[in-house]
Amino acid sequence: MSSLRSITLATLTKDIRLEWRSRDAINSMLFFSLLVVVIFSFSFDPNAEESREIAGGLIWVAFLFAAVVALNQTWARELRNQVLDAYRVSPAPANALFVAKALGNFILVTLLEAVMAPLFMIFYNLRALGPAWQLIPVAILGTWALVVNGTFFAAMSLRTRSREIMLPLLLFPISIPAVQSMVEATRIILAGDGSARFWIVLLLTYDVVFTTACLALFETILQAE
Amino acid sequence: MSAPEIPAAASIVTVSNLIKQFGRFVALRGVNAEFAGGKLYVILGDNGAGKTTFLRALAGLAQPTRGEVSILGKNPPEACRDVGYMAHPSLLYDEMSGLENLRYFARLYGIAGDSRCAQVIRLVRLDPELTRPVGQYSQGMRQRMSLARAILHDPGILFLDEPFSNVDVRSAGEMVELLTSMRDAGKTIFVVTHQASLLESVADEFVWMQAGQIVDRTAGRTQGSSRAGTE
Repeated sequence: MSSLRSITLATLTKDIRLEWRSRDAINSMLFFSLLVVVIFSFSFDPNAEESREIAGGLIWVAFLFAAVVALNQTWARELRNQVLDAYRVSPAPANALFVAKALGNFILVTLLEAVMAPLFMIFYNLRALGPAWQLIPVAILGTWALVVNGTFFAAMSLRTRSREIMLPLLLFPISIPAVQSMVEATRIILAGDGSARFWIVLLLTYDVVFTTACLALFETILQAE
Repeated sequence: MSAPEIPAAASIVTVSNLIKQFGRFVALRGVNAEFAGGKLYVILGDNGAGKTTFLRALAGLAQPTRGEVSILGKNPPEACRDVGYMAHPSLLYDEMSGLENLRYFARLYGIAGDSRCAQVIRLVRLDPELTRPVGQYSQGMRQRMSLARAILHDPGILFLDEPFSNVDVRSAGEMVELLTSMRDAGKTIFVVTHQASLLESVADEFVWMQAGQIVDRTAGRTQGSSRAGTE
Protein backbone atom coordinates (compact mmCIF):
# COMPACT_ATOMS: atom_id res chain seq x y z
CA MET A 1 0.00 0.00 0.00
CA SER A 2 2.82 2.39 0.87
CA SER A 3 4.57 1.53 -2.40
CA LEU A 4 1.34 2.26 -4.29
CA ARG A 5 1.08 5.60 -2.52
CA SER A 6 4.71 6.61 -2.96
CA ILE A 7 4.82 5.60 -6.65
CA THR A 8 1.52 7.38 -7.30
CA LEU A 9 2.92 10.50 -5.65
CA ALA A 10 6.23 10.25 -7.55
CA THR A 11 4.41 9.82 -10.88
CA LEU A 12 2.00 12.67 -10.12
CA THR A 13 4.87 14.98 -9.15
CA LYS A 14 6.75 14.03 -12.32
CA ASP A 15 3.69 14.70 -14.50
CA ILE A 16 3.03 18.08 -12.88
CA ARG A 17 6.69 19.01 -13.37
CA LEU A 18 6.55 17.99 -17.05
CA GLU A 19 3.32 19.93 -17.59
CA TRP A 20 4.72 22.98 -15.78
CA ARG A 21 7.76 22.94 -18.08
CA SER A 22 5.89 22.41 -21.34
CA ARG A 23 2.43 23.86 -20.50
CA ASP A 24 1.15 21.86 -23.50
CA ALA A 25 -2.16 20.75 -22.04
CA ILE A 26 -3.15 23.69 -19.85
CA ASN A 27 -2.61 26.32 -22.57
CA SER A 28 -4.64 24.40 -25.16
CA MET A 29 -7.43 23.74 -22.66
CA LEU A 30 -7.64 27.36 -21.54
CA PHE A 31 -7.72 28.78 -25.06
CA PHE A 32 -10.28 26.23 -26.19
CA SER A 33 -12.64 26.93 -23.27
CA LEU A 34 -12.18 30.67 -23.61
CA LEU A 35 -13.14 30.48 -27.27
CA VAL A 36 -16.27 28.48 -26.46
CA VAL A 37 -17.36 31.03 -23.83
CA VAL A 38 -16.76 34.05 -26.02
CA ILE A 39 -18.19 32.62 -29.26
CA PHE A 40 -21.33 31.23 -27.60
CA SER A 41 -21.99 34.41 -25.66
CA PHE A 42 -21.87 36.44 -28.89
CA SER A 43 -23.90 33.87 -30.83
CA PHE A 44 -26.83 33.46 -28.45
CA ASP A 45 -27.12 36.58 -26.29
CA PRO A 46 -29.60 34.91 -23.88
CA ASN A 47 -31.45 36.69 -21.06
CA ALA A 48 -30.76 35.71 -17.43
CA GLU A 49 -33.51 33.10 -17.29
CA GLU A 50 -32.47 31.43 -20.55
CA SER A 51 -28.86 31.49 -19.39
CA ARG A 52 -29.75 29.47 -16.29
CA GLU A 53 -31.39 26.86 -18.50
CA ILE A 54 -28.55 26.44 -21.02
CA ALA A 55 -25.43 27.29 -18.99
CA GLY A 56 -25.18 23.82 -17.42
CA GLY A 57 -25.01 22.14 -20.81
CA LEU A 58 -22.71 24.73 -22.28
CA ILE A 59 -20.19 24.78 -19.46
CA TRP A 60 -19.91 21.00 -19.11
CA VAL A 61 -19.66 20.33 -22.82
CA ALA A 62 -16.89 22.95 -23.03
CA PHE A 63 -15.03 21.27 -20.14
CA LEU A 64 -15.55 17.82 -21.65
CA PHE A 65 -14.05 18.87 -24.99
CA ALA A 66 -11.22 20.74 -23.27
CA ALA A 67 -10.49 17.73 -21.05
CA VAL A 68 -9.90 15.58 -24.13
CA VAL A 69 -6.90 17.78 -24.96
CA ALA A 70 -5.33 17.08 -21.56
CA LEU A 71 -6.21 13.41 -21.69
CA ASN A 72 -4.47 12.90 -25.01
CA GLN A 73 -1.43 14.82 -23.83
CA THR A 74 -1.07 12.77 -20.62
CA TRP A 75 -0.26 9.56 -22.45
CA ALA A 76 1.42 11.10 -25.49
CA ARG A 77 4.43 12.03 -23.36
CA GLU A 78 4.72 8.42 -22.17
CA LEU A 79 4.99 7.30 -25.80
CA ARG A 80 7.86 9.62 -26.69
CA ASN A 81 11.09 7.62 -26.35
CA GLN A 82 8.87 4.66 -25.33
CA VAL A 83 9.16 5.71 -21.67
CA LEU A 84 6.11 3.62 -20.85
CA ASP A 85 8.25 0.49 -21.41
CA ALA A 86 10.51 1.58 -18.54
CA TYR A 87 7.44 1.58 -16.29
CA ARG A 88 6.23 -1.77 -17.68
CA VAL A 89 9.52 -3.54 -16.88
CA SER A 90 9.59 -2.14 -13.36
CA PRO A 91 7.90 -3.76 -10.35
CA ALA A 92 5.70 -0.67 -9.89
CA PRO A 93 1.97 -1.47 -9.71
CA ALA A 94 -0.05 -0.57 -12.82
CA ASN A 95 -2.73 1.11 -10.74
CA ALA A 96 -0.23 3.58 -9.28
CA LEU A 97 0.33 4.88 -12.81
CA PHE A 98 -3.41 5.02 -13.51
CA VAL A 99 -4.29 6.81 -10.28
CA ALA A 100 -1.45 9.32 -10.78
CA LYS A 101 -2.54 10.06 -14.34
CA ALA A 102 -6.20 10.41 -13.31
CA LEU A 103 -5.25 12.71 -10.40
CA GLY A 104 -3.00 14.78 -12.68
CA ASN A 105 -5.83 15.23 -15.15
CA PHE A 106 -8.24 15.99 -12.31
CA ILE A 107 -5.95 18.78 -11.08
CA LEU A 108 -5.60 20.22 -14.60
CA VAL A 109 -9.34 20.18 -15.36
CA THR A 110 -10.20 21.55 -11.89
CA LEU A 111 -7.73 24.37 -12.45
CA LEU A 112 -9.40 25.07 -15.78
CA GLU A 113 -12.83 25.09 -14.14
CA ALA A 114 -11.63 27.44 -11.41
CA VAL A 115 -10.44 29.91 -14.04
CA MET A 116 -13.34 29.51 -16.48
CA ALA A 117 -16.34 29.28 -14.13
CA PRO A 118 -16.18 32.97 -13.04
CA LEU A 119 -15.87 33.97 -16.70
CA PHE A 120 -18.96 31.94 -17.54
CA MET A 121 -20.81 33.70 -14.70
CA ILE A 122 -19.82 37.11 -16.08
CA PHE A 123 -20.45 36.42 -19.79
CA TYR A 124 -23.84 34.78 -19.16
CA ASN A 125 -24.86 37.03 -16.28
CA LEU A 126 -25.44 34.00 -14.05
CA ARG A 127 -26.52 33.93 -10.41
CA ALA A 128 -27.57 30.73 -8.71
CA LEU A 129 -31.14 30.80 -7.39
CA GLY A 130 -30.71 27.41 -5.66
CA PRO A 131 -28.08 26.34 -3.08
CA ALA A 132 -24.87 27.42 -4.86
CA TRP A 133 -22.62 25.32 -2.59
CA GLN A 134 -24.05 22.21 -4.27
CA LEU A 135 -22.17 23.20 -7.41
CA ILE A 136 -18.97 22.15 -5.59
CA PRO A 137 -19.87 18.42 -5.23
CA VAL A 138 -21.28 18.49 -8.79
CA ALA A 139 -17.99 19.92 -10.10
CA ILE A 140 -15.80 17.51 -8.09
CA LEU A 141 -17.82 14.37 -8.91
CA GLY A 142 -18.40 15.43 -12.51
CA THR A 143 -14.76 16.23 -13.15
CA TRP A 144 -13.69 12.90 -11.66
CA ALA A 145 -16.24 11.11 -13.88
CA LEU A 146 -14.72 12.75 -16.96
CA VAL A 147 -11.06 12.19 -16.07
CA VAL A 148 -11.29 8.65 -14.71
CA ASN A 149 -12.92 7.32 -17.87
CA GLY A 150 -10.91 9.67 -20.04
CA THR A 151 -7.60 8.51 -18.56
CA PHE A 152 -8.62 4.89 -19.04
CA PHE A 153 -9.81 5.26 -22.63
CA ALA A 154 -6.85 7.46 -23.55
CA ALA A 155 -4.58 4.62 -22.38
CA MET A 156 -6.69 2.16 -24.34
CA SER A 157 -6.41 4.16 -27.55
CA LEU A 158 -2.71 4.85 -26.98
CA ARG A 159 -1.42 2.41 -29.57
CA THR A 160 -4.10 3.03 -32.17
CA ARG A 161 -3.11 4.95 -35.27
CA SER A 162 -5.62 7.80 -34.88
CA ARG A 163 -5.85 8.06 -31.12
CA GLU A 164 -7.00 11.73 -31.15
CA ILE A 165 -10.19 10.58 -32.90
CA MET A 166 -10.48 7.28 -31.06
CA LEU A 167 -10.56 8.86 -27.59
CA PRO A 168 -13.73 10.98 -28.09
CA LEU A 169 -15.35 8.08 -29.91
CA LEU A 170 -14.85 5.85 -26.89
CA LEU A 171 -15.22 8.44 -24.16
CA PHE A 172 -18.25 10.50 -25.14
CA PRO A 173 -20.86 7.71 -25.39
CA ILE A 174 -19.86 6.22 -22.05
CA SER A 175 -19.87 9.68 -20.43
CA ILE A 176 -23.50 10.41 -21.38
CA PRO A 177 -25.00 9.42 -17.98
CA ALA A 178 -22.36 11.51 -16.16
CA VAL A 179 -22.73 14.50 -18.47
CA GLN A 180 -26.52 14.37 -18.17
CA SER A 181 -26.23 14.27 -14.38
CA MET A 182 -23.83 17.22 -14.35
CA VAL A 183 -25.97 19.28 -16.72
CA GLU A 184 -29.24 18.56 -14.91
CA ALA A 185 -27.76 19.15 -11.46
CA THR A 186 -26.19 22.45 -12.59
CA ARG A 187 -29.43 23.58 -14.26
CA ILE A 188 -31.50 22.77 -11.16
CA ILE A 189 -29.07 24.59 -8.86
CA LEU A 190 -28.81 27.67 -11.09
CA ALA A 191 -32.57 27.89 -11.70
CA GLY A 192 -33.50 26.98 -8.11
CA ASP A 193 -35.80 24.40 -9.64
CA GLY A 194 -36.13 21.72 -6.92
CA SER A 195 -33.43 19.43 -5.51
CA ALA A 196 -30.31 18.25 -7.35
CA ARG A 197 -29.80 15.43 -4.83
CA PHE A 198 -30.83 12.64 -7.23
CA TRP A 199 -28.32 13.74 -9.89
CA ILE A 200 -25.51 14.13 -7.35
CA VAL A 201 -26.13 10.61 -6.01
CA LEU A 202 -26.23 9.32 -9.59
CA LEU A 203 -22.88 11.00 -10.27
CA LEU A 204 -21.40 9.49 -7.11
CA THR A 205 -22.61 6.02 -8.13
CA TYR A 206 -21.23 6.50 -11.64
CA ASP A 207 -17.84 7.51 -10.18
CA VAL A 208 -17.67 4.51 -7.85
CA VAL A 209 -18.66 2.01 -10.57
CA PHE A 210 -16.32 3.35 -13.26
CA THR A 211 -13.36 3.97 -10.95
CA THR A 212 -13.62 0.36 -9.75
CA ALA A 213 -13.92 -0.96 -13.31
CA CYS A 214 -10.97 1.13 -14.55
CA LEU A 215 -8.75 0.01 -11.65
CA ALA A 216 -9.67 -3.61 -12.27
CA LEU A 217 -8.91 -3.45 -15.99
CA PHE A 218 -5.98 -1.05 -16.23
CA GLU A 219 -3.20 -3.61 -15.82
CA THR A 220 -4.51 -5.50 -18.87
CA ILE A 221 -4.52 -2.27 -20.86
CA LEU A 222 -0.99 -1.36 -19.74
CA GLN A 223 0.48 -4.73 -20.67
CA ALA A 224 -1.32 -4.88 -24.05
CA GLU A 225 0.95 -4.55 -27.07
CA MET B 1 19.59 -3.42 -3.47
CA SER B 2 22.10 -6.00 -4.63
CA ALA B 3 22.39 -8.44 -7.51
CA PRO B 4 21.06 -11.91 -6.79
CA GLU B 5 23.63 -14.63 -6.27
CA ILE B 6 23.72 -16.49 -9.55
CA PRO B 7 25.84 -19.60 -9.96
CA ALA B 8 27.99 -18.83 -13.00
CA ALA B 9 27.42 -22.04 -14.93
CA ALA B 10 23.73 -22.59 -14.10
CA SER B 11 21.14 -21.92 -16.77
CA ILE B 12 19.27 -18.80 -15.69
CA VAL B 13 17.35 -17.94 -18.84
CA THR B 14 15.39 -20.68 -20.54
CA VAL B 15 13.34 -20.22 -23.68
CA SER B 16 11.10 -23.07 -24.89
CA ASN B 17 9.39 -23.09 -28.26
CA LEU B 18 8.96 -19.30 -28.21
CA ILE B 19 6.68 -18.06 -30.95
CA LYS B 20 5.74 -14.41 -31.35
CA GLN B 21 3.27 -13.31 -33.97
CA PHE B 22 2.19 -9.78 -34.90
CA GLY B 23 -0.98 -10.26 -36.92
CA ARG B 24 0.09 -12.55 -39.73
CA PHE B 25 3.78 -11.74 -39.35
CA VAL B 26 5.72 -14.30 -37.35
CA ALA B 27 8.64 -12.54 -35.65
CA LEU B 28 9.89 -15.51 -33.61
CA ARG B 29 9.49 -19.06 -34.93
CA GLY B 30 9.85 -21.54 -32.10
CA VAL B 31 13.02 -20.37 -30.39
CA ASN B 32 14.58 -22.85 -27.95
CA ALA B 33 17.61 -21.83 -25.92
CA GLU B 34 19.27 -21.92 -22.53
CA PHE B 35 21.65 -19.28 -21.25
CA ALA B 36 24.03 -19.67 -18.34
CA GLY B 37 24.64 -17.00 -15.72
CA GLY B 38 27.62 -14.65 -15.52
CA LYS B 39 28.20 -14.43 -19.26
CA LEU B 40 28.07 -11.76 -21.91
CA TYR B 41 25.96 -12.82 -24.89
CA VAL B 42 25.98 -10.90 -28.14
CA ILE B 43 22.89 -11.40 -30.28
CA LEU B 44 23.55 -10.83 -33.96
CA GLY B 45 21.55 -11.01 -37.14
CA ASP B 46 20.24 -9.00 -40.05
CA ASN B 47 17.47 -6.42 -39.71
CA GLY B 48 14.16 -8.22 -39.19
CA ALA B 49 15.84 -11.36 -37.83
CA GLY B 50 13.82 -11.05 -34.60
CA LYS B 51 16.60 -9.85 -32.26
CA THR B 52 14.65 -6.99 -30.69
CA THR B 53 11.46 -9.04 -30.36
CA PHE B 54 13.49 -11.80 -28.71
CA LEU B 55 14.98 -9.33 -26.24
CA ARG B 56 11.55 -7.79 -25.53
CA ALA B 57 10.11 -11.26 -24.91
CA LEU B 58 12.94 -12.00 -22.47
CA ALA B 59 12.32 -8.67 -20.69
CA GLY B 60 8.58 -9.40 -20.46
CA LEU B 61 7.57 -6.59 -22.80
CA ALA B 62 6.31 -8.89 -25.56
CA GLN B 63 3.89 -11.59 -24.53
CA PRO B 64 4.71 -14.89 -26.27
CA THR B 65 2.03 -16.06 -28.70
CA ARG B 66 3.13 -19.55 -27.75
CA GLY B 67 5.97 -21.04 -25.75
CA GLU B 68 7.61 -20.00 -22.51
CA VAL B 69 10.32 -17.75 -21.16
CA SER B 70 11.79 -18.44 -17.76
CA ILE B 71 14.11 -16.04 -15.96
CA LEU B 72 15.65 -17.49 -12.80
CA GLY B 73 12.79 -20.01 -12.82
CA LYS B 74 10.15 -17.27 -12.90
CA ASN B 75 7.96 -15.58 -15.49
CA PRO B 76 9.56 -12.35 -16.81
CA PRO B 77 7.14 -10.02 -14.94
CA GLU B 78 7.89 -11.84 -11.67
CA ALA B 79 11.62 -11.51 -12.31
CA CYS B 80 11.45 -7.78 -13.06
CA ARG B 81 13.61 -6.81 -10.06
CA ASP B 82 16.41 -9.02 -11.39
CA VAL B 83 16.24 -7.61 -14.91
CA GLY B 84 17.44 -4.35 -16.44
CA TYR B 85 16.29 -3.35 -19.91
CA MET B 86 17.72 -0.79 -22.29
CA ALA B 87 15.87 -0.22 -25.54
CA HIS B 88 16.88 1.48 -28.76
CA PRO B 89 14.88 4.61 -27.79
CA SER B 90 16.16 6.19 -24.58
CA LEU B 91 13.16 5.40 -22.31
CA LEU B 92 13.80 8.79 -20.68
CA TYR B 93 11.76 11.98 -20.40
CA ASP B 94 13.32 14.61 -22.65
CA GLU B 95 12.08 17.51 -20.51
CA MET B 96 13.82 16.36 -17.31
CA SER B 97 17.51 16.25 -16.41
CA GLY B 98 19.32 12.93 -16.10
CA LEU B 99 19.19 12.99 -12.31
CA GLU B 100 15.48 13.89 -12.29
CA ASN B 101 14.79 11.00 -14.65
CA LEU B 102 16.73 8.51 -12.54
CA ARG B 103 15.19 9.86 -9.33
CA TYR B 104 11.74 9.03 -10.72
CA PHE B 105 12.71 5.55 -11.94
CA ALA B 106 14.45 4.87 -8.63
CA ARG B 107 11.12 5.40 -6.83
CA LEU B 108 9.54 2.72 -9.04
CA TYR B 109 12.06 0.25 -7.59
CA GLY B 110 11.68 1.55 -4.05
CA ILE B 111 15.12 3.20 -4.03
CA ALA B 112 15.06 6.30 -1.84
CA GLY B 113 17.50 9.19 -1.94
CA ASP B 114 19.79 10.42 -4.70
CA SER B 115 23.03 8.64 -3.85
CA ARG B 116 22.40 5.54 -6.00
CA CYS B 117 21.23 7.72 -8.90
CA ALA B 118 24.37 9.87 -8.71
CA GLN B 119 26.50 6.73 -8.41
CA VAL B 120 25.19 5.12 -11.62
CA ILE B 121 25.40 8.42 -13.50
CA ARG B 122 29.08 8.61 -12.56
CA LEU B 123 29.48 4.94 -13.50
CA VAL B 124 28.47 5.73 -17.08
CA ARG B 125 30.89 8.70 -17.04
CA LEU B 126 28.30 11.47 -16.93
CA ASP B 127 27.94 14.32 -14.46
CA PRO B 128 25.04 14.01 -11.99
CA GLU B 129 25.10 17.80 -11.53
CA LEU B 130 24.20 18.36 -15.18
CA THR B 131 20.93 20.33 -15.11
CA ARG B 132 20.36 20.27 -18.87
CA PRO B 133 17.23 18.32 -19.90
CA VAL B 134 17.93 14.96 -21.51
CA GLY B 135 16.35 16.25 -24.75
CA GLN B 136 19.40 18.50 -25.14
CA TYR B 137 21.92 15.68 -24.61
CA SER B 138 23.95 14.31 -27.51
CA GLN B 139 22.88 10.87 -28.73
CA GLY B 140 25.90 9.29 -27.02
CA MET B 141 25.10 10.93 -23.68
CA ARG B 142 21.49 9.82 -23.99
CA GLN B 143 22.57 6.23 -24.60
CA ARG B 144 24.79 6.31 -21.53
CA MET B 145 22.02 7.81 -19.40
CA SER B 146 19.72 5.11 -20.72
CA LEU B 147 22.25 2.49 -19.58
CA ALA B 148 22.37 4.21 -16.18
CA ARG B 149 18.59 3.82 -15.93
CA ALA B 150 18.82 0.14 -16.82
CA ILE B 151 21.41 -0.62 -14.11
CA LEU B 152 19.88 1.68 -11.49
CA HIS B 153 18.39 -1.15 -9.39
CA ASP B 154 21.54 -3.29 -9.73
CA PRO B 155 19.89 -6.12 -11.70
CA GLY B 156 21.60 -9.49 -12.14
CA ILE B 157 20.54 -9.76 -15.77
CA LEU B 158 20.77 -7.01 -18.39
CA PHE B 159 19.04 -6.86 -21.76
CA LEU B 160 20.55 -4.17 -23.96
CA ASP B 161 19.21 -3.33 -27.39
CA GLU B 162 21.68 -1.47 -29.61
CA PRO B 163 23.52 0.26 -26.75
CA PHE B 164 26.27 1.55 -29.05
CA SER B 165 24.18 3.06 -31.84
CA ASN B 166 25.30 6.64 -32.59
CA VAL B 167 27.86 6.48 -29.80
CA ASP B 168 31.38 7.71 -30.61
CA VAL B 169 34.24 5.20 -30.51
CA ARG B 170 35.68 6.41 -27.20
CA SER B 171 32.30 6.37 -25.41
CA ALA B 172 31.49 2.96 -26.90
CA GLY B 173 34.82 1.68 -25.59
CA GLU B 174 33.98 3.01 -22.12
CA MET B 175 30.58 1.33 -22.25
CA VAL B 176 32.20 -1.99 -23.26
CA GLU B 177 34.63 -1.61 -20.35
CA LEU B 178 31.70 -1.08 -17.97
CA LEU B 179 29.78 -4.07 -19.35
CA THR B 180 32.88 -6.25 -19.06
CA SER B 181 33.39 -5.28 -15.43
CA MET B 182 29.71 -6.01 -14.72
CA ARG B 183 29.99 -9.41 -16.38
CA ASP B 184 33.15 -10.11 -14.36
CA ALA B 185 31.16 -9.22 -11.24
CA GLY B 186 28.73 -12.05 -12.06
CA LYS B 187 26.02 -10.31 -14.06
CA THR B 188 24.53 -11.87 -17.17
CA ILE B 189 24.36 -9.51 -20.12
CA PHE B 190 22.55 -9.84 -23.44
CA VAL B 191 23.50 -7.30 -26.08
CA VAL B 192 21.73 -6.90 -29.40
CA THR B 193 24.06 -5.05 -31.73
CA HIS B 194 25.21 -4.60 -35.28
CA GLN B 195 28.65 -3.61 -33.99
CA ALA B 196 29.90 -7.03 -32.93
CA SER B 197 33.51 -5.99 -33.41
CA LEU B 198 33.24 -3.79 -30.30
CA LEU B 199 32.49 -6.84 -28.16
CA GLU B 200 34.58 -9.41 -30.04
CA SER B 201 37.30 -9.60 -27.41
CA VAL B 202 35.01 -9.65 -24.38
CA ALA B 203 31.86 -11.57 -25.40
CA ASP B 204 31.42 -15.11 -24.09
CA GLU B 205 29.06 -16.20 -26.81
CA PHE B 206 27.66 -14.97 -30.12
CA VAL B 207 24.05 -15.92 -30.76
CA TRP B 208 23.07 -15.76 -34.42
CA MET B 209 19.46 -15.13 -35.37
CA GLN B 210 17.84 -15.41 -38.75
CA ALA B 211 14.16 -15.27 -39.75
CA GLY B 212 12.95 -15.48 -36.15
CA GLN B 213 15.14 -18.39 -35.11
CA ILE B 214 18.48 -18.95 -33.41
CA VAL B 215 20.54 -20.52 -36.18
CA ASP B 216 23.95 -20.69 -34.55
CA ARG B 217 25.77 -20.12 -31.26
CA THR B 218 29.52 -19.61 -31.34
CA ALA B 219 31.90 -19.20 -28.44
CA GLY B 220 33.65 -15.87 -28.01
CA ARG B 221 36.71 -14.55 -26.11
CA THR B 222 39.55 -17.07 -25.88
CA GLN B 223 37.73 -19.63 -28.01
CA GLY B 224 37.44 -17.03 -30.76
CA SER B 225 34.68 -16.53 -33.28
CA SER B 226 35.29 -16.50 -36.97
CA ARG B 227 31.80 -15.20 -37.79
CA ALA B 228 31.93 -12.24 -35.40
CA GLY B 229 34.65 -10.65 -37.40
CA THR B 230 32.45 -10.57 -40.46
CA GLU B 231 29.88 -8.21 -38.88
